Amino acid sequence: MIDVALIGAGKMGISHLSILGAHPDVRVTGVSDTSKLVTDVLKKFTKFPCYQDYEQMLTEVKADAVFVAVPTKFHAPMVRRLLGENKHVFAEKPFCLTAEEGKELVQVAETKNLVNQVGYHNKFVGTFRELKKMVDGGYLGKLFHFTGEVTGPVVVKPKQDSWRVDPAEGGGCLMDYASHILDLIIYTLGPVESVKGSILKPIYSSRVEDSVYSLLELSSKLSGVLLANWSDVTYRKMSTSLTIQGSKGKIICDANELKVFFNTSEAPEGYSRGWNVKYVTDLTDEVDFYLRGEEYSAQIDYFIRAIRREVPNTINNFQSAWQTDKAISLIKQNIA
Amino acid sequence: MTRILFGDNQFFAVSHISDEKSRAQALKFKDDSAIIRTLDYAIDAGVNTFMCTTHERISRICDFIREHPGKYENFTIYPCLPYAHKYANAVTELGIVGTLKEYTPGNFLGSIFKGGFAYLSKDYLSIMELLIDAELKMFKGLKTPVIFLQNVVTDLLLGLQMKEVFKAFHDYIIKKYHAEPGFITMNMPMLLSVCEEIGIDNPIICTSINKAGFRMSGGKQLYEKALQTKRARIIAMQVFAGGAISSKEAIEYVCTLPNIQSILFGASSQGNIQETVSLIRQYDLAFKEKIA
Repeated sequence: MIDVALIGAGKMGISHLSILGAHPDVRVTGVSDTSKLVTDVLKKFTKFPCYQDYEQMLTEVKADAVFVAVPTKFHAPMVRRLLGENKHVFAEKPFCLTAEEGKELVQVAETKNLVNQVGYHNKFVGTFRELKKMVDGGYLGKLFHFTGEVTGPVVVKPKQDSWRVDPAEGGGCLMDYASHILDLIIYTLGPVESVKGSILKPIYSSRVEDSVYSLLELSSKLSGVLLANWSDVTYRKMSTSLTIQGSKGKIICDANELKVFFNTSEAPEGYSRGWNVKYVTDLTDEVDFYLRGEEYSAQIDYFIRAIRREVPNTINNFQSAWQTDKAISLIKQNIA
Repeated sequence: MTRILFGDNQFFAVSHISDEKSRAQALKFKDDSAIIRTLDYAIDAGVNTFMCTTHERISRICDFIREHPGKYENFTIYPCLPYAHKYANAVTELGIVGTLKEYTPGNFLGSIFKGGFAYLSKDYLSIMELLIDAELKMFKGLKTPVIFLQNVVTDLLLGLQMKEVFKAFHDYIIKKYHAEPGFITMNMPMLLSVCEEIGIDNPIICTSINKAGFRMSGGKQLYEKALQTKRARIIAMQVFAGGAISSKEAIEYVCTLPNIQSILFGASSQGNIQETVSLIRQYDLAFKEKIA
């Protein structure tokens, strides 16, 4: 059994808590949230020990690992403290407010050999995993352009009341939404080296941007476009897609389907010349418990298995999430 | 429960396999008349039960049904609540407390959030009851013999092991609406154990069941075993696994499984509705003859 505590039972935290609660190898030893309403409800209806003060929780409960699902501005101090106490840490995305904040944490986690993961769930989506395989296998030939897009209906009216629209807490479309696709671009194609130009625009918000449009160059010199908009009501929920064009073909991939065109018959097994379509239903591994998407259970299972040393702690580790923080910082510098 | 239930995903751009398909559906069903027309195709094919979410557009469909009582005399609705995306998006935007304030009627909650309170479990359960009432208002005067809790809530509660809340939902639906409560889940074997534990006998459970094993948490075999050994009224959904299997294969698989009371499916065209309905009837008949 792995003893796990959770800090922050908001939208993502409560989802993690439910998945952890159903995991056969996990014992939830404590939950903390600053909202009295949330802890009161959990106290009355669940068996989890509940706290309003996470520090008190950490002194009172036994935990091998801790989930941090609080506003981004609290990530760095909390994660630093947890690593200091030799806890394995799963933090929500984005990793930290700035690249400087996260740099030290990457090293501490590595030196202490503690399992460290950040909640970029797209890497556990079957279609995106297949996309990575295609790119790594070189099946698209020499790459020359990519378009990464994330769109959804988060802020669709002027009235808002959440940390997600507070720039000081790590709110805004760049950190909250664009981070998803930036992370996927970096994972699939390599780190962002420079930002050639960016436009950050508000649509409904008064304090943060609701959209991000950016021209990126990667360390491989491959260039492409980032488009993020969290105020698009034409989408029912978040939609993330990555299009990559190469000399031998082109891929259009989102969380539901992967469409790939091969110019020649040099296609990988299961694919042929011309258009091919694969659906996530064909590419998804079964999970033991399902809530909102297989990827949410799969990422938690991966973390738990990494603690048991059954898988390497390579997907979504702090180092990779820090690369995304660095790209976010580059975009911020670009518009400053 | 009737053997075949018609679902509503196609009306609200819910496609498990393609964003493009979602957009095409959103265009096709832009006007309510297109939804009504498709419901009529289902009725023509002999399917008189519509299982739908509490999406705001459904309230206009309900108005239409109320305005045409003769035409929809035998028509029943199985509502599924809550319409989760509404709340999920609101939580991102307003936080959990903000969302509750937004969607709970009156000033019932006003005092709760002022702090320094000591509330009892039943107070929270009455908030749940208020939310249920708000969601079900649109069906007033219509036949809703079964009322479901959506999978995102069922499964959230399941993982959190909030068993008392299941029971409260169950009892409230019976008491207030004189209807049968049902649960939609992606974790059927686990939910069945919880139902047994809290004394919900022979529950109505709507869950993914398909030949491909898609969204059958813990594996197809675990589901098949539960179907053989447990007492429950099961509705199979996602029988086509998002299009991964041919309709013939898909229907043959669910029709030959034991203990499946109903099959839920959605389709946009008259042809597809007729095809699916006749496949179900055909395999049901073949199966009956085989065991006779």
